[in-house]
Amino acid sequence: MAELWHGYLGPGAWIVFKILLIVVPLLLGVAYLTLAERKVLAAMQLRKGPNVVGPFGLLQPLADGLKLLLKETIIPSGANPVVFLAAPMVTFILAIVAWAVIPFDYGLVVANINVGVLYLFAISSLGVYGIIMAGWASNSKYAFLGALRSAAQMVSYEVSIGFVIISVLMCVGSLNLGDIVLAQRGLWFAIPLFPMFVVFFISALAETNRAPFDLPEAEAELVAGYNVEYSGMTFALFFLGEYANMILMSAMTSILFLGGWLPPLLIAPFTWLPGPVWFALKIALCLFVFLWVRATFPRYRYDQLMRLGWKVFLPFSLFWLVVTAGVLVAFGWAPRLAG
Amino acid sequence: MAMLDRAARALFLSELVSGMALTFRYMFREKATINYPFEKGPLSPRFRGEHALRRYANGEERCIACKLCEAICPAQAITIEAEPREDGSRRTTRYDIDMTKCIYCGLCQESCPVDAIVEGPNFEFAAETREELMYNKAKLLANGDRWEAEIAANLQADAPYR
Repeated sequence: MAELWHGYLGPGAWIVFKILLIVVPLLLGVAYLTLAERKVLAAMQLRKGPNVVGPFGLLQPLADGLKLLLKETIIPSGANPVVFLAAPMVTFILAIVAWAVIPFDYGLVVANINVGVLYLFAISSLGVYGIIMAGWASNSKYAFLGALRSAAQMVSYEVSIGFVIISVLMCVGSLNLGDIVLAQRGLWFAIPLFPMFVVFFISALAETNRAPFDLPEAEAELVAGYNVEYSGMTFALFFLGEYANMILMSAMTSILFLGGWLPPLLIAPFTWLPGPVWFALKIALCLFVFLWVRATFPRYRYDQLMRLGWKVFLPFSLFWLVVTAGVLVAFGWAPRLAG
Repeated sequence: MAMLDRAARALFLSELVSGMALTFRYMFREKATINYPFEKGPLSPRFRGEHALRRYANGEERCIACKLCEAICPAQAITIEAEPREDGSRRTTRYDIDMTKCIYCGLCQESCPVDAIVEGPNFEFAAETREELMYNKAKLLANGDRWEAEIAANLQADAPYR
């Protein structure tokens, strides 16, 4: 019995505890991100935003969640029920699973794997499948067109995100996310790689289907995009997945460019706050910019979106990749690879 | 040179940054909206809301059944029937307004020679059934009694411009 506990159950329970420690605050963060979005948009549009449910509207996300939970899940008669129900689960699970490799502090990570960046990139690429499945299984033209747009968009911007990540990796010499953060102890990569930082952030907007790249859910043309036919909890899973992805992309931005859990300067007043707090603050800052951008810019036209992705960002990031590599080699700053 | 200028603007995202600065400044401006059911905006004395039939101070109803309002109503929302009362004065026996037809143009109160039918300041009279919006004389007189203070103040405030 003791052997069973020490061998399997104990470590298993410990892992489940760690997962809950990440997932519960993440879902709370998602809930309050929706409230923050409505508040920020309202403030920028000279409105008040939700302020009736609880103090400052703080219970609004719970009310919204409860509403979605109690609503009927409608499966259209023309839909393929298995794929139709699997799609939101895929989206949601992929958005959660990616958090396994995100370091919240030095060594504070569920899975400290050496290919963390690759894992994140793979998971965020897989996100397209949830959307494609939803659009295909709905058997509705709006959902289908929305899914096609979304897939094309995510695939296009992943290419430039890839180049941006490669340029960061060249400066670090490791794919481990913890090493990437530690390499920024002296200077955050957002400063020397500023153009890449901007390209990464804009691509992250496109990757998460956020304004001004929210074509997949262009209300005016496509009703709501790939999730038109979804209701109740299936819709809620898409919604949670989408917002969890926003938080994930913000976390990636923080880790790759804003020094992850590191304080801005390694001196007294900044080092008083623990690492996870700095990390959360950086994520919150990125998320605020996400919302700020949504309040500011109108939606792109589809051909402009594709032009920006393939004709501007791709050559630009490739060019900067070469420049970065050239500078690293010319000044001998390239990290020495172990082994 | 113009092309270079444009290229530089595009490259450094200057327009995007200035747009974002604008929305950021707006974040701290005074809100244009109010918490409606808890706070309410100001109303003009000329505001044309729910109808009311007024009375004189002695309790006698003002309406003399001249039917000018019925005649002028462009939506034909008003129906009046009249008979002489026992004391010989001319009064309405029926005064109905179909609030679903009414367009709130205010011509009834303009036409009234005795300021009997008026549109008061009340605009929160939403009902759950259509029947509740078929106002009869009793309902209109009750409105008049309920809103008399506000209506009288509004009429007095607007009197110099009539």
